[in-house]
Amino acid sequence: MSTEQHEVQFATAPEGAVLLEARGVTMRFGGLLAVNAVDMSVRSGEIVGLIGPNGAGKTTFFNCLTGLYRPTGGQVSFAGRPLPPRPRKVVQAGMARTFQNIRLFQNMTALENVMVGRYCRTSAGPLTSIVRGPKFRREEAATRARAQELLGFVGIPEAGESLARNLSYGDQRRLEIARALATDPQLLLLDEPTAGMNPQETRQAEELIFRIRDSGLAVVVIEHDMRFIFNLCDRVLCLVQGEVLVQGTPEQVQSDPRVIEAYIGTSDEGETGDA
Amino acid sequence: MRLNPVTPELQQRHRRTGWLLALVGAVLLIGSPYLPWAWSDDALDDMTYLFGPSPTQFLGLALGAVLLVCLLAPRLLARVLAGRRARWFAFADGAKAAALGALVFVAVVVVGIAVELGGLVNVRYGGWIALVAALLAVAGTMLLPRDRPATLGGVRSPGWLVISTIAVVMLVTLLLVAYALDEDDPVIFVALLAFVAGVVAVLLKLGVGPWFSSQTARHRGVLVASAFLVAFAFPFTQDGSEANMSIATQVLIFAATALGLNIVVGLAGLLDLGYIAFLGAGAFVAAILSGSAFSAVGWNPPFIVTVLISGVVASLLGLIIGSPTLRVSGDYLAIVTLAFGEIFRLVMINLDGSDGPDLTNGSNGIPGVPDLDLLGFDFGEPHVLLGVEIGRFANYYFLLLLVIALIMVVFANLNRSRIGRGWVAIREDEKAAEAMGVNVFGLKLFAFAGGAFLAGVAGAVRAHHDISVTPDQYIFLESAFLLAAVVLGGMGTIVGVLLGAVLLRLMPEKLRFVDEYRLLIFGALLVLMMRFRPEGLVASRRRQLEFHEDDEELADKVDPTVTRAEGAR
Ligand SMILES: Nc1ncnc2c1ncn2[C@@H]1O[C@H](COP(=O)(O)OP(=O)(O)OP(=O)(O)O)[C@@H](O)[C@H]1O
Ligand SMILES: [Mg+2]
Repeated sequence: MSTEQHEVQFATAPEGAVLLEARGVTMRFGGLLAVNAVDMSVRSGEIVGLIGPNGAGKTTFFNCLTGLYRPTGGQVSFAGRPLPPRPRKVVQAGMARTFQNIRLFQNMTALENVMVGRYCRTSAGPLTSIVRGPKFRREEAATRARAQELLGFVGIPEAGESLARNLSYGDQRRLEIARALATDPQLLLLDEPTAGMNPQETRQAEELIFRIRDSGLAVVVIEHDMRFIFNLCDRVLCLVQGEVLVQGTPEQVQSDPRVIEAYIGTSDEGETGDA
Repeated sequence: MRLNPVTPELQQRHRRTGWLLALVGAVLLIGSPYLPWAWSDDALDDMTYLFGPSPTQFLGLALGAVLLVCLLAPRLLARVLAGRRARWFAFADGAKAAALGALVFVAVVVVGIAVELGGLVNVRYGGWIALVAALLAVAGTMLLPRDRPATLGGVRSPGWLVISTIAVVMLVTLLLVAYALDEDDPVIFVALLAFVAGVVAVLLKLGVGPWFSSQTARHRGVLVASAFLVAFAFPFTQDGSEANMSIATQVLIFAATALGLNIVVGLAGLLDLGYIAFLGAGAFVAAILSGSAFSAVGWNPPFIVTVLISGVVASLLGLIIGSPTLRVSGDYLAIVTLAFGEIFRLVMINLDGSDGPDLTNGSNGIPGVPDLDLLGFDFGEPHVLLGVEIGRFANYYFLLLLVIALIMVVFANLNRSRIGRGWVAIREDEKAAEAMGVNVFGLKLFAFAGGAFLAGVAGAVRAHHDISVTPDQYIFLESAFLLAAVVLGGMGTIVGVLLGAVLLRLMPEKLRFVDEYRLLIFGALLVLMMRFRPEGLVASRRRQLEFHEDDEELADKVDPTVTRAEGAR
């Protein structure tokens, strides 16, 4: 079991079905329009890239999708049903995320972190937990087994008993993915999963995301590493100042002059545009 | 934390001098109890004899002996403790703790003699020699280089050894508690506390403490069962005397309530400053339904039903307070619960019939709550059990033990479940927990209302125990003391909170002077604790980490994979 290839079953939606449908999502912070009428749809089995210069509103867009922010405008629906901006409802519907600045439960073990992810898919209530009957034990054992399985899937099967804070940076990012996978998502939102990684770790992350896609999940990934994005994604959206500038295949986006301009010439462009 | 001004270089250079100083101190400490410490036998126990140590002086001798053992053991036992065993014990650290313990002990006794006899002139040369000896010992051990941490905690021992150690520890605890409660001289009581604290500190430093906790983790059932056996056996040591049993039941009521609060504060991380109100709610409900002649309600259901109603009423109050406040994060809950505690008391005072219904007789409360009668067992009557008379308070004592056992089961099982993991996650990072699908609001509300339920149950028993229930028993100060017990003892641990509750409740009972200045003393105690040991007397591993965020060494130590790898080596 020392190799990294752990096969894990995921509940998935039928190939090609529309999972996420965001229409005109808008987020305004006082005078700042951080996200402005962004449309995005994601089908199952797809990897979608979200790029854009710093402060373009990518993370804010994720927060709107996952209910951490209540968008000031627009609509999000998941698998055909409208999604209220409540994190718990979002997770229950089948969308899970990771954070740009790692937000693990630092003083819990890696295994416990992943087990917390199982919270919304388990049901033991107060009484059952206090009595600790056979049903409770079975569910607890299943939770533990699944969590261990996911640690194996992301490539850190031995880390289970370590505290999250004691893991290496790269392993912490993997653990965050495992924790998100524990919620049985159909769509995974990754916010800069390779930030701060060395080239080798980046390659491993790439390979992990492919494996997640191959098990039938859809992935939306925010990244600044263009090589990574263009290797990985079926479709790319470029966000600039809260608006979708370009979207298309990696080749289309890569060769679009407006994208290059946005990355190189943002500051003065932005200021004249605003004024 | 650098309390020791002596640098490691200095220690290396003067280690032999230090060792000799400490040795002289130890020998003098052992010798001094044979000299007279006081001019009059009115102070503490009789310390006036030459060559006739009193029991209290013997404790000083014992600490000196412990110090001597710590100093000589590395040399004498070098043959036995060779190789892998060389690092089992941290004798130098043990010696430091023993010297410090001896100093505190002797200082308490000397000051006690001075206070009880009116002036330091009443202290005779034996006392001064002991004090100098303790100072020498502290100075000497300061010069000893620190040990690497003892590795005894990682050693696996056979079951019989662990179980017999548990038995011995429990027996010693029982005898000690019985002895301490019988002691009515406050100074001796404090000196005894200092002695016990000193010995425990030595054991912890030496590595025996860690060994005990790691080994008993494998025999948790035996440990818990024997602890309850000891608690159960306590009334039999009292020989029908009700005085100590009355104190013991008050301690247990306080401990049960503190354990309930520990779920709210220690597990869910919610600061509840009005917890006593839930106890009061339970007590008032039970008193009203008790059939007391002063109760406004005629209905008198069996106690089982009353207990449930008390709990449910308390938890309903919890839901009413909690549901609006737990949605917002921050300190709102502390403020609202603080206010709620006051409102509760005022409402109880005002439900006297002059405005609104007469439920509580106002500030007079409800007196004449009859004793419990469970399945024909009358709690008001003494019973003879195993040839020992079990009085009224002892009856309640047993019932309270049952309540505490219940709360402990609830606490421990919730802690080791999906719900417990959810609470930890919320304490760690509320936003992330929410984003991972944890029902943050629901879990907080459950902790809050569930804690209130347990307080209500404890309150129902208290109403019968106290005979009368009045609003002024349920004031903010009581909430503050409950919280102090939880924080001092160690949030999120059962043993710690029990210890904190026993100490906080027992001390004012045994020490009249503490009772007068108890706010001052506890305030000072809390400040000191927050400075030097914010995780409490007994620290849960996770809490320790939460309080020492950036202590990497601690994180490695706590990390089981790291320790295991070390143990395998
Ligand atoms: N809670 C908030 N309140 C006010 N302004 C905010 C808030 N969150 C984000 N912003 C602003 O919204 C804009 C978009 O920020 P966001 O973090 O979404 O950018 P990003 O595309 O993720 O950038 P980066 O690549 O640096 O992560 C920024 O100008 C930021 O300052
Ligand atoms: Mg971002």
